[in-house]
Amino acid sequence: MALTARNDAFVAFDGVQKSYDGETLVVKDLNLHIAKGEFLTMLGPSGSGKTTCLMMLAGFETATNGEIRLDGRPINQVPPHKRGIGMVFQNYALFPHMTVGENLSFPLEVRGMGKEERQTRIARALDMVQMGAFAARRPAQLSGGQQQRVALARALVFDPELVLMDEPLGALDKQLREHMQFEIKHLHESLGITVVYVTHDQGEALTMSDRIAVFNDGRIQQLAPPSDLYERPDNSFVAGFIGENNRLTGTVEDIAGGRALVRLATGELIDATPVNVSRKGQPTLVSIRPERVEYKPEALPEGAHTLDAEVLEFIYMGDIFRTRLRVAGSEDFVIKSRNTAGQRMLRPGEKIRIGWAPQDARALDPA
Amino acid sequence: MPADPFVTAPPALLTTSDGRPLKAALAQAQGRARRRAFLLVAPLLAFVIFTFVLPIAQMLQRSVYHDGFSANAPAVRAWFAATVPGTPPDETAFAALAQDFRQMKADKTAGLAGTRVNYTLPESRSLFTATARKADDLAPPYRDAFLAISAKWASPAVWQAMRSAASPYTSDFYLIATDFERADDGTPRRVQENQRIYVYLFVKTFVLSGVITLLCLLLAFPVAHLLATLPMARANLLMILVLLPFWTSLLVRTSSWIVMLQGQGVVNDLLVATGVVDDQNRLEMMYNQLGTIIVMTHILLPFMILPLYSVMKVIPPSYARAARSLGATSWTTFRRIYLPQTLPGIGAGAILVFILAVGYYITPALVGGADGQLISNLIDFHMDKSNWSLAAALSAMLLAGVLVIYWLYDRLVGIDNLKFG
Ligand SMILES: Nc1ncnc2c1ncn2[C@@H]1O[C@H](COP(=O)(O)OP(=O)(O)OP(=O)(O)O)[C@@H](O)[C@H]1O
Ligand SMILES: [Mg+2]
Repeated sequence: MALTARNDAFVAFDGVQKSYDGETLVVKDLNLHIAKGEFLTMLGPSGSGKTTCLMMLAGFETATNGEIRLDGRPINQVPPHKRGIGMVFQNYALFPHMTVGENLSFPLEVRGMGKEERQTRIARALDMVQMGAFAARRPAQLSGGQQQRVALARALVFDPELVLMDEPLGALDKQLREHMQFEIKHLHESLGITVVYVTHDQGEALTMSDRIAVFNDGRIQQLAPPSDLYERPDNSFVAGFIGENNRLTGTVEDIAGGRALVRLATGELIDATPVNVSRKGQPTLVSIRPERVEYKPEALPEGAHTLDAEVLEFIYMGDIFRTRLRVAGSEDFVIKSRNTAGQRMLRPGEKIRIGWAPQDARALDPA
Repeated sequence: MPADPFVTAPPALLTTSDGRPLKAALAQAQGRARRRAFLLVAPLLAFVIFTFVLPIAQMLQRSVYHDGFSANAPAVRAWFAATVPGTPPDETAFAALAQDFRQMKADKTAGLAGTRVNYTLPESRSLFTATARKADDLAPPYRDAFLAISAKWASPAVWQAMRSAASPYTSDFYLIATDFERADDGTPRRVQENQRIYVYLFVKTFVLSGVITLLCLLLAFPVAHLLATLPMARANLLMILVLLPFWTSLLVRTSSWIVMLQGQGVVNDLLVATGVVDDQNRLEMMYNQLGTIIVMTHILLPFMILPLYSVMKVIPPSYARAARSLGATSWTTFRRIYLPQTLPGIGAGAILVFILAVGYYITPALVGGADGQLISNLIDFHMDKSNWSLAAALSAMLLAGVLVIYWLYDRLVGIDNLKFG
């Protein structure tokens, strides 16, 4: 993984395994190093073990095997209240019998902080999330978005260096969610805290994170910055999970100089960049992003292989056009083109030829 | 700053499209549904009124009403009505009394009338029955005839007592129930120290109920917590154990405690066998206050567990986790986060157990011995002896006590903070 010096990682999972029932491993051999100040997102389908990892870090679950270190110290034996980790829960977990102010005061009181200092800190934390006027309210008297902000303020009020968030925006509507994404990101930058963030919304992960760990089946499938993840997926799971992609299956016909020639099941040849294939004859799955497919002959690179395609459906989406094609026997090949001046609208039934630059098609494992 | 969602503009008067006020239209539309809903609850309403509200009203009435004397002594009553209180009885008064006694003898109601006077002035009942036996011999001059039967007939206290009994409505039963009696001139005063029993019993009943409630809470809290956190299958098993007492007769449960705790019972035998106590000093755990407390705590325990459980079950574990992540020790988390959230259950369970305990009868009667009796046992005692009005007065005071507790709870905790299940 891409971190320079392993030992100065702020949070480190080393060979961590977790089983709840002694029969199946929910987390299988997790190795993850998170740098100080980093915004790391755990992304993955439901049941892939994200929450479990977070709970082990927070101390509510014990690792069955392996070691978790925080700032160089192993914390397997440290009880949760001594870890000093801020945490935001999906359902906010604001104490219903306390006002907003008392909720924020709680972590400061248990640290034995004096009344005056508590007041200033609470006021600062609430102002940080624009909730200064709500200190006397009960959580039940707040909207979902407001509760979210308070939960965030409560997790930050005692100045933790590490904050864990488990799908904190899951219950909000789309617009509010996007707004909160921006605010959380902003807080992360201005406070310099380390954030481990769990979500299964890939858009959220892509916009907020420094690095994303894609989880599936208890393993990290790929750990990379958002642009790498989107443009250079390591395997077919990541390619399929992040963004929209077109998949063509075939076998490697030739491989040389960082280029692979793939023969599709229907006989056509296409160009691709080999990622998980290394020799001729290997089965492969080629992944191409819809916006990287070209259909105007002049835009295609010199000597690129092209495929015959028939337009099945054309959808006008305002800023982009989305066209569904029949390509090499598959009927769900999608291309996207920007609605630029002079862009041609394709009509259903039209026959076209499509192609792409070899570096935009990735030959992956045939999962 | 986001707009305050709790401030809304006052609504304008709205009308439907055909011009009727919206409120009237709504009321009409809902009227049918409401009538149907009423018909559905009507049987229950009738049942509650006939079996609960009416009897209680009757009990309250009985506690201030006793016509044993007033209904059977119409002539004397007329004389009392015609004279001012304190008037010494003259020959017409004795003549009226003689007329009434002849009638009472014929109707065999002298005992009843005497009983009523007896409440106000002890030992009056025997005076009445003795006089009624000789009623046929009464002849003018009546005053002397009565005095010949008993010199007490000259006593102003007797006449004062009869005057107060001449009205069927009286507060005397409440006086008795609070350890008061009437002096010769009719003013209330406390009875002699060695005769005061009711106030002491009331206090004891409330104190013991408090102790039982507290014990139930201490025992039920961990059980309810376990029930709420165990995996489903095992929680169900535990729940069956909790409910098991409900499926056994109260008598069986109480008797089995007798078997356990009596002098020659299982517990004592065990203690003796293991040498903890020797045979001469077997523990007295039955037929006393201790027995009442132990057995009632056991019997009322489910009424504490169930409301606690229903509250604990819906407290998400994330609250405790949040508190821990914020730096609280597990004890602080329990005290400041978990406990306050279980308050509605604690309140409901405590009120339920306390109110049940205050009125509990069978268990103290069976295992209470002499000093484990509660006020309800005394109410039963008076009912056995047909002292309906006194029993009613005691019951009404018990009811009032419970209502006061309820009111206090409402003031301190808030009734809407109560969750029974
Ligand atoms: N307390 C538990 N006891 C037993 N199994 C558990 C427990 N918690 C989680 N699991 C199992 O562990 C696996 C991973 O769960 P986890 O909650 O970590 O998933 P997740 O990635 O957070 O999913 P989601 O996106 O739905 O929140 C799941 O198969 C789940 O059923
Ligand atoms: Mg989860």
